[in-house]
Amino acid sequence: MTTATTGTAAAKAGGNAGKPKPATMAQALQRAMRDAMAEDPTVHVMGEDVGTLGGVFRVTDGLAKEFGEDRCTDTPLAEAGILGAAVGMAMYGLRPVVEMQFDAFAYPAFEQLLSHVAKMRNRTRGAMPMPIVIRVPYGGGIGGVEHHSDSSEAYYMATPGLHVVTPATVEDAYGLLRAAIASDDPVVFLEPKRLYWSKSDWSPEAPAAVEPIGKAVVRRKGTGATLITYGPSVPVCLEAAEAAQAEGWDLEVVDLRSLVPFDDETVCASVRRTGRAVVVHESTGFGGPGAEIAARVTERCFHHLEAPVLRVAGFDIPYPPPMLERHHLPGVDRVLDAVARLQWEAGS
Amino acid sequence: MDSLQQRSSTVQEPPGAVTAHRHTPSPAWQPRTDPAPLLPETEPLRVLGTDAVADADPALLLRLYAELIRGRRYNAQATALTKQGRLAVYPSTTGQEACEIAAALALEERDWLFPSYRDTLAAVARGLDPVQALTLLRGDWHTGYDPHEHRIAPLCTPLATQLPHAVGLAHAARLKGDDVVALAMVGDGGTSEGDFHEALNFAAVWQAPVVFFVQNNGFAISVPLAKQTAAPSLAHKAVGYGMPGRLVDGNDAVAVHQVLTEAVARARRGGGPTLVEAVTYRIDAHTNADDATRYRADGEVEAWRAHDPILLLERELTERGLLDEDGRRAAAEAAETMAAELRERMNADPVLDPMEIFSHVYAEQTTQLREQAAQLRAELEAEGEA
Repeated sequence: MTTATTGTAAAKAGGNAGKPKPATMAQALQRAMRDAMAEDPTVHVMGEDVGTLGGVFRVTDGLAKEFGEDRCTDTPLAEAGILGAAVGMAMYGLRPVVEMQFDAFAYPAFEQLLSHVAKMRNRTRGAMPMPIVIRVPYGGGIGGVEHHSDSSEAYYMATPGLHVVTPATVEDAYGLLRAAIASDDPVVFLEPKRLYWSKSDWSPEAPAAVEPIGKAVVRRKGTGATLITYGPSVPVCLEAAEAAQAEGWDLEVVDLRSLVPFDDETVCASVRRTGRAVVVHESTGFGGPGAEIAARVTERCFHHLEAPVLRVAGFDIPYPPPMLERHHLPGVDRVLDAVARLQWEAGS
Repeated sequence: MDSLQQRSSTVQEPPGAVTAHRHTPSPAWQPRTDPAPLLPETEPLRVLGTDAVADADPALLLRLYAELIRGRRYNAQATALTKQGRLAVYPSTTGQEACEIAAALALEERDWLFPSYRDTLAAVARGLDPVQALTLLRGDWHTGYDPHEHRIAPLCTPLATQLPHAVGLAHAARLKGDDVVALAMVGDGGTSEGDFHEALNFAAVWQAPVVFFVQNNGFAISVPLAKQTAAPSLAHKAVGYGMPGRLVDGNDAVAVHQVLTEAVARARRGGGPTLVEAVTYRIDAHTNADDATRYRADGEVEAWRAHDPILLLERELTERGLLDEDGRRAAAEAAETMAAELRERMNADPVLDPMEIFSHVYAEQTTQLREQAAQLRAELEAEGEA
């Protein structure tokens, strides 16, 4: 990707939405920050390259120009320092929104995240909340070299004190980010980078209402089995559900949107209706998010299940080189294979 | 700025060039900052026992003395409480009281202190209730006070991670137009951590009103400074960040107070951060779990006892006729009263509500936590009935 062309493209598409035209997820995210910054002077955006460049994915494009470098700040290149400084800023009443350029680049900041961001409210018995949003472009599928395609959500999910959310649609990108910035608790905001350029007719001029964090949504109604998924795997599951119709399978697709807190109610209501479930994500399977989700569903819906809860996940390998990533990422066929293993003849 | 890029372009010979190896002149390079004014003193600054002490305010000297006596007694009492099992652990600052007290007294009320786990004494000198300062070490709650009340961040157990917090807070205060300074305390071991580097770098780039205060007490648990760093001094590290480094005798309360007061004032007027290294010594072991005889000689400890911060100040006060036997007794009695009260209050068992462990994880409890809270409540009720 050449920065010049992407920059120009983003500049053309963003900002002035005079004529209604499809908006991208990146534009919706940018709009969410812009609206939050305009409404609340305590909201500060910071990170490496977020200012003049507008972020390597142009998600923060124009914010420094509009709000000044004190509100949208290019920091030194140091993730622990970025997040550690954000902790101090939150202590003084600001609401920092920090960008961790790429998933695997966030790891140096883990000590600040785990030891302070996640625990400060608890350590101080509620006296010091941490209203920080940590934006992390995550996941593969864009041909990135190593350390640019990790799905780190299991680490974040395993840390009490953090909220973990991830949008799959342009509308949710706006709504969830607004909700995350408004939250008095820290939110790890996972942005599926291969969906940055996905589009919808969402209008930046009339943004949808902000929904509270923690609600899953049924993206497709079905009766035969539930695909439980989130983020970059949502479009995969929707496509699989369409293809499954040819096999006579009517699949429901639940988009979690929020991994923490987890919406047991929506997920389990769906599984009880359908009696079968497959969890789909591109993160690794062993000890991954699907392990927790499958266990929760089994504990709560065992007597409604016609088959074991299956997982379709990335392989348990370090993220593969870009030329091989299509073999690792769960695609439509792998989802359909799992659905086929749900012992259809035994149940319905 | 661009010199690296330009320089690298000059090493490529133009294609087809057959002339003898001939460099084009390299673009002019200048250091970004003159390093000379940033360099620390050649040896730790001392005021006590020198002519400079004549300028010291007698009221300040007496205040420092009373606080040092109280601090020494606090260290002794808290150490005794660990032996009685009332404290899980206590990292003593015996021998380092001058650093702790001078740090607290160098700040204005509106300023913030970012202490490490060893800096209970600085927090108490800043006005924190002595019992609240021990909450973490007692195992009661992680932080026993509202940090906003005295502007003292939670005592920080991971090393150096509180330093970027100090930078962020000071930066935020300046953005809001408040002339607040943050004082961040760290030990010599903590200077090896990555967060130390990142905090100093951020502070210098942002010109944040922060003072970094290193108490070099000789050891990180058992590891001596020589195995911690190859720098000429810890204060020398400042030059690499573009901030001044100051080197001070950490057992000279007046010198520490002077250097920190200057650094705080400099930060407050927009002059940016300073790194201060106080050279001191940890007379006690790291904690009650440590055996200091395994890694240091008695002779070394004795030499530092002769350079005791209370001794140095007492000598000065006595020579100037500011302190007599009555004054000594009054300070000792005040310290004893504090210790007796601390003992008495610490001997009462804290009353804890187990259900509170669920209360502060999130602003609003998640469904999952509500379920777990219900489980614990049922267990507690069953215990009560048994």
